[in-house]
Amino acid sequence: MEIFQFILEPLQYPFMLKAVLVSAVVGATCAILSCFLILKGWSLLGDAISHAVLPGVVIAYLIGIPFSVGAFFFALLAVLMIGLIKNNTKIKEDAIMGIVFTTLFALGLIMISRVTSTVDLTHVLFGYVLGISDLAAWYTIGVLTLVSIIILAFRRSFLIFCFDPTHAQSVGMPIRFIHYAFLVLLAITITGSLQTVGIILVIAMLITPGSTAFLLTKKFSTMLKIAVVVSVVSSVVGAYISYYKDISTGGAIVFIQGCIFLAVFLYQTMMSNKKKTEPLLS
Amino acid sequence: MIAKEKENFAIELNNVSVSYGSNRALSNTSISIPYKTFSGVIGMNGAGKSTLFKVIMGLVKPDSGKVLVCGDQPGTAQKHGHVAYVPQTELVDWDFPVSVYDVVMMGRIGLQNIFKTRSQEDRELVDEALNKVKMYQFKDRQIGELSGGQKKRVFVARALAQGADILILDEPFAGLDAISERSLTDLLVALKNEGKTIILATHELTSLSDHCDHVALVKHTVLAYGPTKEVFTKELVSQAFDGIMHNIKFER
Repeated sequence: MEIFQFILEPLQYPFMLKAVLVSAVVGATCAILSCFLILKGWSLLGDAISHAVLPGVVIAYLIGIPFSVGAFFFALLAVLMIGLIKNNTKIKEDAIMGIVFTTLFALGLIMISRVTSTVDLTHVLFGYVLGISDLAAWYTIGVLTLVSIIILAFRRSFLIFCFDPTHAQSVGMPIRFIHYAFLVLLAITITGSLQTVGIILVIAMLITPGSTAFLLTKKFSTMLKIAVVVSVVSSVVGAYISYYKDISTGGAIVFIQGCIFLAVFLYQTMMSNKKKTEPLLS
Repeated sequence: MIAKEKENFAIELNNVSVSYGSNRALSNTSISIPYKTFSGVIGMNGAGKSTLFKVIMGLVKPDSGKVLVCGDQPGTAQKHGHVAYVPQTELVDWDFPVSVYDVVMMGRIGLQNIFKTRSQEDRELVDEALNKVKMYQFKDRQIGELSGGQKKRVFVARALAQGADILILDEPFAGLDAISERSLTDLLVALKNEGKTIILATHELTSLSDHCDHVALVKHTVLAYGPTKEVFTKELVSQAFDGIMHNIKFER
């Protein structure tokens, strides 16, 4: 019965109930996106977007609008800038992303250093889901659930966009539209996840679950399921640990995800070594 | 009368030019590829073979000139799925978590609704295409778990499931052993005999004349196109390759 108490006791507090719910939804949405993102080879783009939103968050704070609105605006700005520079120079895309996101992030840091009350803003950098407001919680849950539904409904189009865009285009699929739709959904997910894990760690949510699942299966539908389970479990367990041990929620969630990845990787390596040596023994 | 004549060609390019920035990839290129032919497109790297294919598939819009695919504009031909493309092996992510069946089903994607729901007809056509290329027994395999020749046949099956009349293959023989190459060639010749138009880019000049009934020589334009015997001559081929050739046997 102790275990029930362990699980149920924190949920009497509305802030903890909200935190667990929001973390689970953030975990699930990021996990679904991560499967597409790592297969497309766009992990760095996720990192770029998440850092680039910082000035938007500070501006939103200053003029008193929701953080995610400002963040979303700067996410789109970053994507457009990367595209613009890429199409007009010889510089490779990864270098351009590096320049754009660090510059915008630096701008954000400068703005923070000039704003007196920085408590709320450090929450954006590192996440603070235990202190999320009712409005922000419902906004996050609503928007991210919608993103998940859209991606799952159109998963076959997004999958072929990742796998073979040339074929998709040659049979008349609107590949540019799909490209930008995917970027917008990615930007919404990142901005929606900021309060839970923060700008610096949100990229882990968008890479690790999909990568862990990719190690375990060769089927995309299974990959999606494993990623979601791993991510939601990490998020909920992370929220509890952070409640009981009074540590950073975002840190706990991402650290658990990393540990699961490492465990799966070690297990896989051991199994494949075993397979290699077996024929020799028999 | 003129309209009917046009329909005799699967592909018709008239004075097509394509530039990327200040780089001109194709200049004043004209070629008319008849239906039910097996054409080999040869030329050096960077000679414009890929650009030629992209124009045919409607992926690149020419700066000038006219393109007709099965008598239609490339955009219309796209919607009908007339042209299917078999990509170069290096351009495919073979670790991607999709099965042979999934890839062949992608041939149907242009004809499905926005949710890409798979109909009974889709399934039947995919099974049929898999049987045709003798890959049905491997349908549940992840695509990385196939041999080089099998990988190619999966993408040929996708083209068949698409219902394409024209199959474009980019360097299909790269990295294949002699036996796989033979069986792929046999499959393509059989498809040609059933009425498909086959167009492939290749470096394999040695075996070209065995299976291609037409040859196109490309060097920033189509230097020559016609029946293999007329075009695949030492004189013309050495023009396309700037005179650098190794021990290729020519009939003439």
